[in-house]
Amino acid sequence: MPDVMEQQDLYLSGFREQKERLARQEPAWLHRMRQEAIERFAELGFPTTHQEEWKYTNVAPLAKIPFQLSAPEEACSRCSRLSESARAPGMDSPGIRLVFYNGCYCADLSSLSDLPSSVRAGSLAESVQGRSSLLEAHLARYADYRSHPFIALNTAFWRDGAFIRIPSGVVLQHPIHLVYISAAAEVPVVSFPRTLILAERDSQLTVMESYLGLPGGVCFSNAVSEIVLGENAVVDHYKLALENEQSYHLDTLQVYQDRSSNFKSCSLALGGSLVRNEVNVVLDAEGCDCTLNGLYIAMDHQLVDNRTMVDHARPHGTSRQLYHGILGDSGTGVFNGRIVVRPNAQKTDAVQRNRNLLLSEDAVIDTKPQLEIFANDVRCTHGATIGQLDPESLFYLCSRGIGLEEARQLLIDAFAGAILERIRPAPMRSRVEETLHAMLWQGRHAEEAL
Amino acid sequence: MAKETIPLLVIRNLHVSADEREILRGVDLEVRAGEVHAIMGPNGSGKSTLAQVLAGRDLYNITEGEVLYEGKNLLDKKPEERAREGLFLAFQYPVEIPGVSNMYFLRAALNAVRKHRGLEELDAFDFLQRVNEKMKLVAIDPAMKERPVNAGFSGGEKKRNEILQMAVLEPKLAVLDETDSGLDIDALRVVADGINSMRSPQRAIVLVTHYQRLLDYVVPDYVHVLLNGKIVRSGEKQLALELEERGYGWIEGEAANGAAAEGTKGKVAECRT
Repeated sequence: MPDVMEQQDLYLSGFREQKERLARQEPAWLHRMRQEAIERFAELGFPTTHQEEWKYTNVAPLAKIPFQLSAPEEACSRCSRLSESARAPGMDSPGIRLVFYNGCYCADLSSLSDLPSSVRAGSLAESVQGRSSLLEAHLARYADYRSHPFIALNTAFWRDGAFIRIPSGVVLQHPIHLVYISAAAEVPVVSFPRTLILAERDSQLTVMESYLGLPGGVCFSNAVSEIVLGENAVVDHYKLALENEQSYHLDTLQVYQDRSSNFKSCSLALGGSLVRNEVNVVLDAEGCDCTLNGLYIAMDHQLVDNRTMVDHARPHGTSRQLYHGILGDSGTGVFNGRIVVRPNAQKTDAVQRNRNLLLSEDAVIDTKPQLEIFANDVRCTHGATIGQLDPESLFYLCSRGIGLEEARQLLIDAFAGAILERIRPAPMRSRVEETLHAMLWQGRHAEEAL
Repeated sequence: MAKETIPLLVIRNLHVSADEREILRGVDLEVRAGEVHAIMGPNGSGKSTLAQVLAGRDLYNITEGEVLYEGKNLLDKKPEERAREGLFLAFQYPVEIPGVSNMYFLRAALNAVRKHRGLEELDAFDFLQRVNEKMKLVAIDPAMKERPVNAGFSGGEKKRNEILQMAVLEPKLAVLDETDSGLDIDALRVVADGINSMRSPQRAIVLVTHYQRLLDYVVPDYVHVLLNGKIVRSGEKQLALELEERGYGWIEGEAANGAAAEGTKGKVAECRT
């Protein structure tokens, strides 16, 4: 069994191999950035559970897997095999859609016909060639590859991803759906999806990122998304993690908010052996509004780790966080919610809630709020709860004739529903509800049948 | 004597404890279809325990005695089986269930009961028609239909919601646990009208109450006094008025010498013949 150190070398030598080719193809600024990122990764290494940030999430098994850094040409030939009817929720729906297969853009599966001409949405790799200065100003300027090993890896290795730019004053009617598909056969495959979204002044956008694993082999999607909101911009963001049961998904969503902008995110972590969602938001001007919601489900031996960091840097900011976790079997959940209120950020109003439902004796949840308040005129509250299904509620339902198993389902659905009802586009909500239902109840029945 | 039908509910020498403490100490009661019984008693006498045990709450240990429902053992049935066979408990403190809409809940309940009775499940349209009709009966705001079960309801709304559930589920035996407590006079009248509209020769109603006030509106056939876990006196509706006037103290005195309990059993038997 190769050790972690050797595997770190695998990434380093992998970088050296493609370095020459990338240097020829890409602008110099990008190449310098990649070089710097891989150097930082070499210094940082894979995190260990001795580090506070990674205390509950052991990435050693992941670090030991000899992933193939799959070549784009190969990926593109494979994606033609992927039919439109792949199980990806939303793949069959109309609207604006960008599809990526193991980190490579698939024009055939994408749909851009509803895109207004003023809006840019497409392959990040292509955009780098075209409008380099805009990308140079924003790409990797928010997600800090200097301190975070997985952001560093993504920055060094990303091949493609989505670039979206909504110009000032444009309100996009249809949601944009970014679909990142992971697939592997005998050889484990790693991909590095990268997303950059610029929502300029007074613009409005709904975007969904789906990370979907095809059944079969071991995949690792190491994703980084950066979203920049200009003054008064409104962005509704949804993120669905639905990797297969052997796969890994580590993701950082980095958000930067300008004055009076409004950012909402709903993170749905439903599938994957190990899923880690980091959401970092900087409210870097007055009057910003930020809402982070999340639903995470860990059954079998899954581990889902959620980290939020809301940085109130300026006055009159409002943030709301509500995360619900459902942990069953030997599943493990982590919620680490950090709120920082800088000295200047007076009149901040920050609320954080985390509720967890434990469905079995072996399920585990580690929940940790972290409030760091340096201003004196603020309102900050947080709360975390951990509990089983309420016996009083179960008895009440049963006393009306509803069977115990159905009563349990009703209560669990209701608990998940408190987050799902916050998904605003109705087709998106019903697709997620269906997926969840199939996972929770059909999966459960399959196990019971064993 | 005319041929007797089997009583709907027979409780014999029921002893129940919780946390090592005996709460019911030998309760006897017979209820027949068409009858309305009131069980009265001071706080802590065991009224709510009796109601909860009948509905199948698992917090209690039944140490002695039996309960027959339609001639069959009730106590080995699950709560949902009891409900499907026509037993209904209106809760003293209805439970709030955020995230489950009142109508979804009620339809799931009704269809579970109907399925058990071999009836077809109602579709959304037929179900709504039925509920709308019953909602008028208890003067419930139609907006409450889509609200989560009892969540954010006032005390009166919760109690009326219990009556609505009873009206929709049409039980054979309804046990109402202090459904009158905490209601203002208008809400009390609405609840009483709802209960009265449910009176039928096929149905029995057991009112568990702390106060005589409800009995001005729902006139019971029989009144029982539960004291320290035993029914110590049974009578007709005048007994309730007597209790209102004299309190429970005089019965406590009589119960102490043990003769009262024996006497009352005979009295109920007389009432029935």
